[in-house]
Amino acid sequence: MSIKKIHTSQPKEFKFSGENMRKVEQILKKYPEKNKKSAVMPLLYLAQRQNDNWIPLAAMKFIAKHLSMPYISVYEVATFYSMYNLEPVGKHFIQVCTTTPCLLRGADKIVKLCKENISPNEHEISKKGNCSWTEVECLGACVSAPMIQVNDNYYEDLDEKSTKEILISLINDKPLKPGSYRGRKNTAPEKISINEEDKHA
Amino acid sequence: MLKKENKIFKNLYNEFGWEIEHSLKRDDWKDTKDLISKGREWIINEIKTSELRGRGGAGFSTGLKWSFAPKEIGSRPHYLVINADESEPGTCKDRDILRFEPQKLIEGCLIAGFAVNAHICYVYIRGEYLNEGKRLQDAIDQAYKKNFLGKNACGTNWDFDIHIHYGAGAYICGEETALLESIEGNKGQPRLKPPFPALVGLYGCPTIVNNVETVAVVPTILRRGGKWFSSIGKPKNTGTKIFCISGNVNSPCNVEEEMGIPLKDLIEEYAGGVVGGWDNLQAVIPGGSSMPLLPKKICDTITMDFDSLIENKSGLGTAGIVVINKDQDIVECMARIARFYKHESCGQCTPCREGSGWMWRILDRVVKRKATFSDVELLSDVTKQIEGHTICAFGEGSAWPVQGLLRHFRKEVESRCREEPLIKKKLNNPYLVDQHLLENKNA
Repeated sequence: MSIKKIHTSQPKEFKFSGENMRKVEQILKKYPEKNKKSAVMPLLYLAQRQNDNWIPLAAMKFIAKHLSMPYISVYEVATFYSMYNLEPVGKHFIQVCTTTPCLLRGADKIVKLCKENISPNEHEISKKGNCSWTEVECLGACVSAPMIQVNDNYYEDLDEKSTKEILISLINDKPLKPGSYRGRKNTAPEKISINEEDKHA
Repeated sequence: MLKKENKIFKNLYNEFGWEIEHSLKRDDWKDTKDLISKGREWIINEIKTSELRGRGGAGFSTGLKWSFAPKEIGSRPHYLVINADESEPGTCKDRDILRFEPQKLIEGCLIAGFAVNAHICYVYIRGEYLNEGKRLQDAIDQAYKKNFLGKNACGTNWDFDIHIHYGAGAYICGEETALLESIEGNKGQPRLKPPFPALVGLYGCPTIVNNVETVAVVPTILRRGGKWFSSIGKPKNTGTKIFCISGNVNSPCNVEEEMGIPLKDLIEEYAGGVVGGWDNLQAVIPGGSSMPLLPKKICDTITMDFDSLIENKSGLGTAGIVVINKDQDIVECMARIARFYKHESCGQCTPCREGSGWMWRILDRVVKRKATFSDVELLSDVTKQIEGHTICAFGEGSAWPVQGLLRHFRKEVESRCREEPLIKKKLNNPYLVDQHLLENKNA
């Protein structure tokens, strides 16, 4: 289990915007009426999107009230799942997969680059630009390893050069395109010439 | 080798377009109405004939699972839940189905839903697959437009709706009862079984939980016949399977092949061989990180199916093949997997919550060459204390890879250990405290 920190300075109030309130109504329609509680996860996502990618305690209280469930149950859910950010993250939030399949193909080098270019520690907003990074567990793109997730998008088949370019583009707030950085077609087998073999050794 | 015409996922790499117009050309939704009109019994029997085994890891017979759902709808509605919480390290097959073959999944959902008497289906997608989820939603919307879903879906007189529910980064939600807890709006902690979800599942109602790949192959099986499917592969290990080959290979890829294909063929034929040649192979994890690794000697001859891997004390799992060559530190690789399990344990059962941390710390000590010989014994003991003493199979999943390491690479592990314990003088600490914790601030 991982430990999650709650941000020290919390806003007092939280309310869904009008547009998001309509989305809440749509979400609630998916679940049986007496099981409103099911909507807690999508609602937390919605709150996170509305509040610059992190969830304040006030939002949990609001959701608890709206779904008529105890505040502590919402708090439990928000702290259990790793994708709910309970403290501010950068505008470009970089998640580096470091689980074994990515590690085998050099995820540690990507972590090193993040330390050098973004910030020395995880969850620290960069001095230049508005980025932060963290290590995460398997993101489920193992045949495109090593890879990173920036906000919603996957950047795959990375090496040191392409990672550095991506990180710099994020610092300059002009993100490069997501997808494969070895120019491959999705997850199809590739024909690789002998010369290139050494590159990944 | 699988013949081209026997491939089920023809658009696995999106060469032909994922949109419904393109997938209709690939025979998706062809005669769905006729298939369903043959009735529940026929569908379940045909799936039983095909000997399809669940593709999510456990390899349970799909036809049998469906037959556990009550025959008639009683006072409680039935649910179909699709497990798209693909998080097993080494596995990324469902992602390609969601992205590029969504209509196969949707059609499979309708047929499976009809077979188990469910009008509502929830697809639980891991939160990180947001873009894949959006793609599936687009595909669902396209299916609604063609009246393949909704009231009287596909002209079958069966009402059927599909909803997407996103997870939020918890590996454990891939366990079926944890997944149900998560949809219900709770922490994803597995439930005690029995009762099994087929009788008491989502919201206390009969629920069938199936993996994405399992359901996505169903329409093709019914169209071409259960006998066709069972003629591919090996007895009791039939059909085709998507293999994900990652790690130290020249070209990692996903590929659909027949069950029982030799591992060496898969790696050499599709993945461009091991980096540094086959002789540079150290070990292979054959079925996602939960399955014990196999040393090169076994890899030379092993075939990829449920039963022959079980014979070799491993398992097919999700068929996520992770190749580790001799340039890698095998103990470090397994220590990283142990860290994964420590991070992902839901914390409900003590042996798993505490044991996963113990395993990681001991392996970490071995990597740093700070462990003693007695640590190796301790490590082996811890794995046995976890195995079989937890509510769900996560316990086994975390203990087996370490057991595999000790089974095949014990000498390697012991060569890094020493006689002398790290802390010689007795500290005045309760004996339960892991002495290692006192040394490192961050442990």
